[in-house]
Amino acid sequence: MTAFPARLAADEPGLSAADCAHCGAPVPPGAGRFCCTGCEGAAALIAGLGLGAFYRRREAAGGIRPTALPPVDFAARAVPARGGAEHSLDLMVAGLTCGACVWLVEQALAADPAVLRARASLATRRLTVTWRGPAERAEALASLVARLGFQVAPWSAACLRVTEDEEGRALLRALGIAAFGASNVMMLSVAVWVGSDMGEGTRGLMHWLAALIALPVVLVAGMPFYRSALGAIRAGRVNMDLAVSLGVLATTAMSLSEALRNGPYTWFDGATALLALLLGGRVLDRAARRRARQACAELLALQSAEVTRLEAGGTAHRVGAEAVRAGDRLLVAPGERLALDGVLEEGEALLDTAATSGESLPRRFAAGEALPAGAVNLGAALVQRVTAAAAEGSLAAVARLLERAEGARGRYVSIADRAARLYVPVVHAVAAVTFLGWWLGVGLPWQAALVPAVASLIVTCPCGLAIAVPAVQVVAVGALFRRGVLTGSPTALERLAACDVAVLDKTGTLTTGRPELLPDTARPAAALAAAAALAASSRHPLSRALVAACPTPVQAAAGVEEVAGAGLAHGEERLGSASFCGAAEAAEEGPTLWYRAGPLAAPVAFRFADPLRPDAAEAVAALRGLGLEVELLSGDAAPAVARAAAALGITEWRAAASPTDKAARIEALRAAGRRPLMLGDGINDAAALALAHASATPAGGTDLAQAAADLVLRAEGLSALPAALRTARRAQRAARQNIAFSLAYNLVAVPMAVAGFVTPLIAALVMASSSLAVILNALRVGREASK
Amino acid sequence: MNALALLVPLALGLGTLALLFFGWTLGNGQYDDPDGAASRILFDDTEENT
Repeated sequence: MTAFPARLAADEPGLSAADCAHCGAPVPPGAGRFCCTGCEGAAALIAGLGLGAFYRRREAAGGIRPTALPPVDFAARAVPARGGAEHSLDLMVAGLTCGACVWLVEQALAADPAVLRARASLATRRLTVTWRGPAERAEALASLVARLGFQVAPWSAACLRVTEDEEGRALLRALGIAAFGASNVMMLSVAVWVGSDMGEGTRGLMHWLAALIALPVVLVAGMPFYRSALGAIRAGRVNMDLAVSLGVLATTAMSLSEALRNGPYTWFDGATALLALLLGGRVLDRAARRRARQACAELLALQSAEVTRLEAGGTAHRVGAEAVRAGDRLLVAPGERLALDGVLEEGEALLDTAATSGESLPRRFAAGEALPAGAVNLGAALVQRVTAAAAEGSLAAVARLLERAEGARGRYVSIADRAARLYVPVVHAVAAVTFLGWWLGVGLPWQAALVPAVASLIVTCPCGLAIAVPAVQVVAVGALFRRGVLTGSPTALERLAACDVAVLDKTGTLTTGRPELLPDTARPAAALAAAAALAASSRHPLSRALVAACPTPVQAAAGVEEVAGAGLAHGEERLGSASFCGAAEAAEEGPTLWYRAGPLAAPVAFRFADPLRPDAAEAVAALRGLGLEVELLSGDAAPAVARAAAALGITEWRAAASPTDKAARIEALRAAGRRPLMLGDGINDAAALALAHASATPAGGTDLAQAAADLVLRAEGLSALPAALRTARRAQRAARQNIAFSLAYNLVAVPMAVAGFVTPLIAALVMASSSLAVILNALRVGREASK
Repeated sequence: MNALALLVPLALGLGTLALLFFGWTLGNGQYDDPDGAASRILFDDTEENT
């Protein structure tokens, strides 16, 4: 229990000198105890509230860097209560990782005398705060949480959908009922099994009591299986749930017939125990996946923001993007992402379109030009006239495409259902032959002949087989979650394991998406500082990279003038394109900025590159080692793509690929019988992600890419992908072993059942032991995966 | 037989009570935040304004 203080230190943020005392990020030596003023402020705030114990209680430092509030009207979302005297607000709080975080947030809010109640949920990341006073306090309360270092976002409908898990609750209820039924019926059954001196009347009473409990339990607790089985029959398919449903219902019917004729045993215990066991597996399976879906929803909620609409009178209002209609005018602040399609109303704009087209360099847009939704405004604030409402825009079109692809993926037949396809007809044929053999062949009364027939059903049953795959899934999904890989879809791992070619996007996936200055020994040292002073006043990514690369603190030069489409000027100094600085238009290798100190000085070149992620080469090599061919498919210009491909040793690459090209390439691969694994992060990748056999996206990816992908790599870097692939393959192998094992088990158990040797006691033992065996085998996957 | 007449209804009644109790905890949302509840008990100085 690491939540207990390991040592009795003073209420001081206690970490090594090299780490920020608040957020745990590395701090350069000599820079003090904090990495930034935000963290310093947060620590002071916590100390001021008397909550310094947080630093001792938290389980791990990290992930809590104070941030600005998202541009959202929190006050408008506060819900009034008691006639407006009180208000409450629901927030999604990211970064809640342990009980200490929950404690800190709740206590910090409770320290405000107006706050009546603050309750944060660790599982759902939902914070509900109720306060006395006007709705306008919402902003201050939300900002308090943000200042502590937790990112906040309004609780959205998407969050709600994930957490208000009606189906999960129904499963849990069914499990409770089945467990109640199984234990109580077992109590009666054991009495029959050991009570050989029991009178016939007492035995009949026991049978009927068991029936009284089991009949409603089987009816109610089995609903999840019956519903799924009915769905499969309607679609003309056979699935594992059909086998379970038939097994349980046949056993119950046979037991009822045995109770009617007062036979030696009833099998109600088998039917209810089977339901309880399978429901337990299903509840666990759902819980593992729910955590992953939850984390995905959290990432998405942080991205959703509102837009600023300019009203006719000139006033600005923040409204949800869904409320905007075509023809409205929107104000887009610097650094804001465009939520809607539109045209630029006036002036000029500089937009980062990496997410929509994959280009690594920003593009300039003139007045009247169409601005794509999803691009980020890098220049000054701009006014956009909306051309399509959110539901008709380009983002919605991609979302619709994803839904269609989702439907196609839903038709993927999992290995468990493929096994069921073979298994269901065979087992039921055996049962039918057994019944006919004992009834007509041997001449037993039909009720007695029913017993061995149904016994063969319940012995083969589903138990080992139906739990074989879910058990592996639970373990593998959990192991991946701990490594920062979120798995949402139930068949994702199975599909991932089968992939044989990896198609990678470049910008933002293999590369960091942020240009970096290349070192150049020929460059005069003073030029960098001088150029950075000019660059400090620009939001262009190259300017920012220049400032970031400057080793000394940069003092922004005053009076820097921006020359549209060319560069920056400050007196005689110039920074910008080659022609702007009077440099010869040499063959430029990648993005370059030129700097000229005066009209007569020689221009100095600063070359940039979008650097590969540090582990990109390793990840590509690992994918190759796993037997996958690797392709690069990028929307960026050819030279940049060629360079990245050469650095990673990828021979198969394509540049300037539009979203349609990417989707077409995936379809071509599929048509050729390959199973492509797509890795991408942009809106332009979403279609390809959805069409691929399996897909993954880095955590920084756009919301559409995350919605389209099977896996979200939350941990920084790409090395998680080969690891996930390895885990998926191991899981697949374990699932196959489990299925093979269950079948082998049946080869022994079925003849015994057909011959009539199996009593309910033996059936229960067989069922429990085969389930245990497959669960233990599944646990192996988790142990190996976390190595 | 007399023992059964008392014990069987007693056992079933207790079981049913437990089942009803489980249904109540489920409806009460006690399984909504299992992780949070587990670590919350370690912090005893929760104070709420009234």
